[in-house]
Amino acid sequence: MTYEQAASTIAERFSSAIIDRGAVEGVTPLVISVPVDQWRAFAQFAKESLGCRFFNFLSAVDWKDGGLEVVAVLDNLDDNVSLRVKTRLPSGPPEGGPYEGPRCPSLVPVFRGANWMERECYDMFGIVFEDHPDLRRILLGDDWQGHPLLKSYAVDTPHPPYR
Amino acid sequence: MIDTAVHNQVAIDYSAGERLTMNMGPQHPSAHGVFRAILTLEGETVVGVDAVIGYLHRCHEKLAETLTYAQYPSIASKTDYVAAMTSEFAYVLAAEQIGVVDVPKRAQYIRVIAAELQRIASHLLWLGTWCMDMGGALGGGATVFLYCIRERELILDLFESLVGARLLYGLFQVGGVRYDLPDGWPQQCRDTLATIEQRLLEYERLLEDNPFFLARARGVGFITRELAEDVGVAGPLLRGSGVNFDLRRNLPYSSYGDFTFSVPVEPEGDCFARYRVRMVEFRQSIAIVRQALDRLPEGPISSRPALKSVAQIRIQKGEAYARVEGPRGEVGCYLIADGSAKPYRMKWRGASFSNLSVLPHVLPGHKVADVVAIMGSVDPVFGEVDR
Repeated sequence: MTYEQAASTIAERFSSAIIDRGAVEGVTPLVISVPVDQWRAFAQFAKESLGCRFFNFLSAVDWKDGGLEVVAVLDNLDDNVSLRVKTRLPSGPPEGGPYEGPRCPSLVPVFRGANWMERECYDMFGIVFEDHPDLRRILLGDDWQGHPLLKSYAVDTPHPPYR
Repeated sequence: MIDTAVHNQVAIDYSAGERLTMNMGPQHPSAHGVFRAILTLEGETVVGVDAVIGYLHRCHEKLAETLTYAQYPSIASKTDYVAAMTSEFAYVLAAEQIGVVDVPKRAQYIRVIAAELQRIASHLLWLGTWCMDMGGALGGGATVFLYCIRERELILDLFESLVGARLLYGLFQVGGVRYDLPDGWPQQCRDTLATIEQRLLEYERLLEDNPFFLARARGVGFITRELAEDVGVAGPLLRGSGVNFDLRRNLPYSSYGDFTFSVPVEPEGDCFARYRVRMVEFRQSIAIVRQALDRLPEGPISSRPALKSVAQIRIQKGEAYARVEGPRGEVGCYLIADGSAKPYRMKWRGASFSNLSVLPHVLPGHKVADVVAIMGSVDPVFGEVDR
């Protein structure tokens, strides 16, 4: 499997995915943006059809007005194919429903490594991963207020009783 | 989290079903830092593990957003303080990839030398502490530890004469390295390597002829290839589970493409396999350093101009994910630059974090005494787990 083959397979299967074909083999990964409702389906597809069985990491980026973006890197170690998959979470309420904060489907059913990574992401960004078996804070204490890696969280935010 | 498959299997064997919750840590000698494992036991057998981490969290990712590209590299060394060189390496590589910064060949070689010496030092500390964890069974407990620390000192001496520090270095900067090799350093380095190469044979004889060591390492803590990839464990754990993958060879960065070395792979996936992988890695690192010293090019050590202000380096808009093969596996730095002197976002992929997250899947079914041996074979450094 080469980057070119991977890109065309993805384009065939996920018509709404945006693929950055600027990837240079072995240097930069293929960057793919998928809609949030296809997030888990894409991970499943990458694992089974593209051989990207290595779960590298999952994290998020706060784009302020642009909302939160979840990023995951999945690798095919046999062929050196690396995918950087992204999805933008809706920052407003869905049609006809109340807004319950940022939500994203969990990848734990696909990759067991997503368990701790998503807990860290929830801890730092407050993203709720649906269907996560054990979603609680991992690095910060259970009584921590707020989610520090959000851009709206100032570095000097007071945290009683410590400061 | 309780692995239900293993739990059911154990429950059949221990039909009495009486359970005990045992707290291990956070200040447990075998934790090599601060790690708390809440073990659920049936008799002596572990059936469930809840791992509690975060005691060493220092908000590195938030901190990196407030520090400039000139300031952060020396802070990066504090993520994985046992292998400080590799963390700095990952950060500067990411910044250089986005900014398309040229790194002189001599600087690349010095980086490789530093990273490989660091791997030897880190593996020495791992071998010593792991053997101490398994303690009395190896005849005196601290013997191997003291031998390994003795050799690690020699490498720390080399680092001290190179950068002036023994644990946290600040050798790397965006565009190159900060210090050139001092006079006589290559020879001192070769002498050290010769000593360590010979001592490695001693360790192997000391351990592999010891039936207690073999009993505690062989057939304990299996990680299957499927589990290893699914969880994303890296480095010696991945190669100890039969995956032939090493970033230095598969995706060469810096000047690794210039050197010949082999990548050890062991298919068994137990503690002994991980031990064997690391023992071979020692030798391969020694071989790489020797080649780098032999072919060390002349020239400048950095392309960075002298700075008048820490905010002087600006990296153009873009993002990169730099991956470095550290002693514990893949250390990754995902960096997003917005054109200013500070990153917009930085994410550490700590090798220890992913490696440690395999424990809840591996420990159930083992005896309590094996928990210590398995945890030691994973080689977690909690500065990197908690960041």
